[in-house]
Amino acid sequence: MTKVEHATTSSRIGVALIGAALIVLVVAPLWGDRQTLRLLAEIFTYVALASLWNLLAGYAGLVSVGQQAYVGLGGYLLFALAMLVGMHPILAILIAGPVAALVSVPVAALIFRLRGAYFAIGTWVVAEVFRLIASQISLLGGGSGISLPAQIVINMAPSRQLREFETYWLALGLTVLVLGAIVVLLRSRHGLALTAIRDNEQAAQSSGVDVSRVKFIVYLLTAFGTAMVGALIFLMKLRISPDTAFSVNDWTAFVIFITVIGGIGRIEGPIIGTVIFFVLRQTLSDLGSLYLLMMGAVAIAVMLFAPQGLWGMIAERLGWQALPLQRRLVIAAGTTDKTGAKP
Amino acid sequence: MTEWINVILQGVLIGGLYAMFAAGLALIFGVMRLVNIAHGDLIVLAAYVALLVTQGFGIDPLTSLIVVVPLMAILGYGLQRGLLNFTLGPDILPPLLVTFGLSIIIQNGLLELFTADSRKLLAGAIEIETFKLMPGVWIGVLPLIQFIVAVAVIWGLQMLFYRTALGRAFRATSDDQPVAQLMGLDTRHVFAMAMALSLAVIAIAGVFLAVRANFDPAIGPARLIFGFEAVIIGGLGSMWGTLAGGIILGVSQAIGAQIDPGWQLLAGHIVFLAILAVRPEGLFPKVSG
Repeated sequence: MTKVEHATTSSRIGVALIGAALIVLVVAPLWGDRQTLRLLAEIFTYVALASLWNLLAGYAGLVSVGQQAYVGLGGYLLFALAMLVGMHPILAILIAGPVAALVSVPVAALIFRLRGAYFAIGTWVVAEVFRLIASQISLLGGGSGISLPAQIVINMAPSRQLREFETYWLALGLTVLVLGAIVVLLRSRHGLALTAIRDNEQAAQSSGVDVSRVKFIVYLLTAFGTAMVGALIFLMKLRISPDTAFSVNDWTAFVIFITVIGGIGRIEGPIIGTVIFFVLRQTLSDLGSLYLLMMGAVAIAVMLFAPQGLWGMIAERLGWQALPLQRRLVIAAGTTDKTGAKP
Repeated sequence: MTEWINVILQGVLIGGLYAMFAAGLALIFGVMRLVNIAHGDLIVLAAYVALLVTQGFGIDPLTSLIVVVPLMAILGYGLQRGLLNFTLGPDILPPLLVTFGLSIIIQNGLLELFTADSRKLLAGAIEIETFKLMPGVWIGVLPLIQFIVAVAVIWGLQMLFYRTALGRAFRATSDDQPVAQLMGLDTRHVFAMAMALSLAVIAIAGVFLAVRANFDPAIGPARLIFGFEAVIIGGLGSMWGTLAGGIILGVSQAIGAQIDPGWQLLAGHIVFLAILAVRPEGLFPKVSG
């Protein structure tokens, strides 16, 4: 009898460590002050955004520089549903996902006509179109933006402290949900197809993978997730404007930096990358534009000299994986096929 | 009626500028399948170089081209041999991300050196000179010069591609890189020459952009998008197509702006998306990407 095994020793340790970290983070309101909670929540949203971009670019090979389209769409959906329809903000976040996925269908139909690198710029045009449309909606503040009315925020929880806990848990929960969904996807049949596309698109196609269908589904799913995260981000910011909602720097440049540094095409990459990004930001952000300049230079250096990123280097040298994603064929007598593919 | 003729004419003339944005982009895509995300920021960089040259030597912007064009071409050659050649390969991710990083470096470098203030190149009396085409329709001398230069640039590139040894090397490398290498072409040098040429065109476009309107370090990405839209509208691999694409984009934006000032950019994007929907290979395609 043969079967496929996912877990290795390192992934068992990894899952145990992640579980422990999760417990510490869930009870963070007990040990962290208000500022720590806010910083952590922001970190979570970046982990989620980078993981989604990684799924899109690292696995499906759809290099988008326009995911800010869905961050902004999510943000504006939150404001529209909460202010114009009177919906509870949490419900609005949940609805932002499917609506964005719906919007992404015609968008994909258009920009999937562009190949490779031109696809990247096509996604940017779409984000620009979204930004220009948003600045035409005078009900939501037009070009100068709008703040979420205090009453909506106050109604979210009985006290200010509880509201901050609620937002924190929401950020943690949504990020865990996004990461969990990605792990489940990668362990599924579609995940195997995705991993095959990541490693060699032509070989995947000739092995019977419907490459364009898989890519389409991944584009749809990332739009779904990105818009939910976007809605949450602007619930935390409490103010939205076309320029902040559809910012290429905040929602794409930073996200690409995080993923490239951490390790593109690996699920652990964006998590490591976000930690590095925030350590750098907390220490160097006083430098302003010089800091961004350095960030660009570091990203170029990593792409040239260590394109697999930090986690990629660790994984290749030591064979580690933090999550059980690898597939190994275990044959009855206990002989193990060591040539198992990368996770 | 004359109002609309004016609007369309202005659109056509600015289309020449967009065609120059597009030509540099189409050139390097054609030769090495590289999409340069920093293209727009390099246009802005050229504008700042022209600013320094005009101030430093006390010459007018059009004369400064004699200095700015070779300077940018040398930068392009160096950029390709020193950096971008190492990113080329079957994987599209490295060149995209490296040029994206380059875009961030140029933007923030310019911000650090020149602040976020908007600048403009002053061309003197020629800026406001106009002549009458027909009753009620006036054409600016400078926009007309810009359009003529754009047509000349496109024509020059076309000649270079099909009539010179360098152009033959470009086409050979574009068709089949390994075979071109076997025939004795140093593709690293060919690619660097293509980038040098692309940045020479960028330099001309940058100077005209800076004379026409205000510029600041952040306007690069929008220029990249205009150039890209003109390339796709015109059809990949066709130099005259980029001119047609630029003009269509310019006219769409002018008509959009005439209807409602907020619609200028949106109208251009919508025409681009519409063409992508009904004719994804562009209006005048030559090679498939």
